[in-house]
Amino acid sequence: MWTDVAIIIAGLVMLAAGIGAIVAKSLLVSIILAGGVSLVASLVFLLIGAPDVAMTEAAIGSGLTTVVFLYALARSKQADKEDSDESAEHPDAEKAGAP
Amino acid sequence: MMRKVLVFLALIGFAFALLPLAYRAGVADEPNALATAYLERAPAELATANVVTAIVVSYRGFDTLGEVAVLFAATAGVGALLTKKRLGSAGARAPRKEATEVLGTAARLLTSLLALFGVYIFTHGHLTPGGGFQGGVVIATAVLLNILARPQSHLAHGLMTAVESLSGAAYVALGLLGAFLAWGFLDPRALPLGELGKLVSAGAIPLIYSVVGLKVGAELSGILEALKGDRE
Amino acid sequence: MNALEFLAGINPVAASGAALVLVGLWGVLARPNLFKIAIAFTVLETGVNLVILSVGYIRGRTAPILDAASDAATASARMTDPVPQALVLTAIVIGLAVTALMLSYALRLKAAGGGSSIEAYGEEKW
Repeated sequence: MWTDVAIIIAGLVMLAAGIGAIVAKSLLVSIILAGGVSLVASLVFLLIGAPDVAMTEAAIGSGLTTVVFLYALARSKQADKEDSDESAEHPDAEKAGAP
Repeated sequence: MMRKVLVFLALIGFAFALLPLAYRAGVADEPNALATAYLERAPAELATANVVTAIVVSYRGFDTLGEVAVLFAATAGVGALLTKKRLGSAGARAPRKEATEVLGTAARLLTSLLALFGVYIFTHGHLTPGGGFQGGVVIATAVLLNILARPQSHLAHGLMTAVESLSGAAYVALGLLGAFLAWGFLDPRALPLGELGKLVSAGAIPLIYSVVGLKVGAELSGILEALKGDRE
Repeated sequence: MNALEFLAGINPVAASGAALVLVGLWGVLARPNLFKIAIAFTVLETGVNLVILSVGYIRGRTAPILDAASDAATASARMTDPVPQALVLTAIVIGLAVTALMLSYALRLKAAGGGSSIEAYGEEKW
């Protein structure tokens, strides 16, 4: 019975973190909250007697997935920055080429 | 507005579909016949203490082989999509700062320990929680630490590809060994079973899970390496 | 029906999983950003894994691993169902690879000049 109560509390935490991950304005906050969902889920897996799955979920779901997302976000941000650099440089290039 | 209504209706539909699972079905009191059979027979038939490992590697070993193939396909897709040529400016990276002294030292100290821990996890898959997939992830973590500490240096790409293809071939070879020496493809009883609870026991299961661990580790490292960028 | 009976009737694992599935599905359907959709897919995936594992949940039972304290003969009376665990174990690993593939496609679409909002691809037909 107490396991059930703990699982329900963990479920509410996951629900809150999941909704937070969807509605958050910042992608960084979203990624961290999604990692948190996985971490609490691995706790639930441990509570229901699935330590193998709990290990996998903790290592992959909240560890590597977060890293993969952060790398992708960094590359996306970098592409944005380079695009804006290019458009900022472009007028100069035209100016230099005009005379 | 129209779309919001449709999304809402889809969610309501899914909620109704999931309701019986969450409420009416309730919680089982006994494992079903299949689970009971696995629980009773796995320790006797295969000498594995961890029944989940027995199912993943042996009873449903063919499933796992297919799963490793899917993982390989996805990794190859990531590698093919994220090349410099394909990505243009997003693929080429500006020269980066070296990592701090602390991270560099930690990477030097911890890499071998993490790799050893990964090997420990997948060689003990038949005795304790864990196995090839978890051990592979720990090995990928060691690689990640090195990528973070030395962003400019490239991993030994050839070595990783070699580990991946050799372990894939070894997986199939161990499966065929089971087909020739025991009762079927991926039957671990091709090797002597030994005594329940010993490290060298359970036939070919530790070998197969080690091979899976190396393959998963190489593949996840490949994904991280591809996402890092700087790839030709 | 009192509160205790109601609580005993629900499968808490399936209930949390179903809630996460709905949240993830809402995110996938309602958010325009490609990266946000990928995040919603990971939440959805965690929910589906919980729902699958809920089938093997039995109150008060231990993990399906033999140790010194349990002998093989009475194992099936003390342990949970190992089959869903074996299925979910591989599903999680596949999930990471598929997420990475999704993100690579998002990066490629962005590099192709489409931006990271799915609205930009509205008129693409096949």
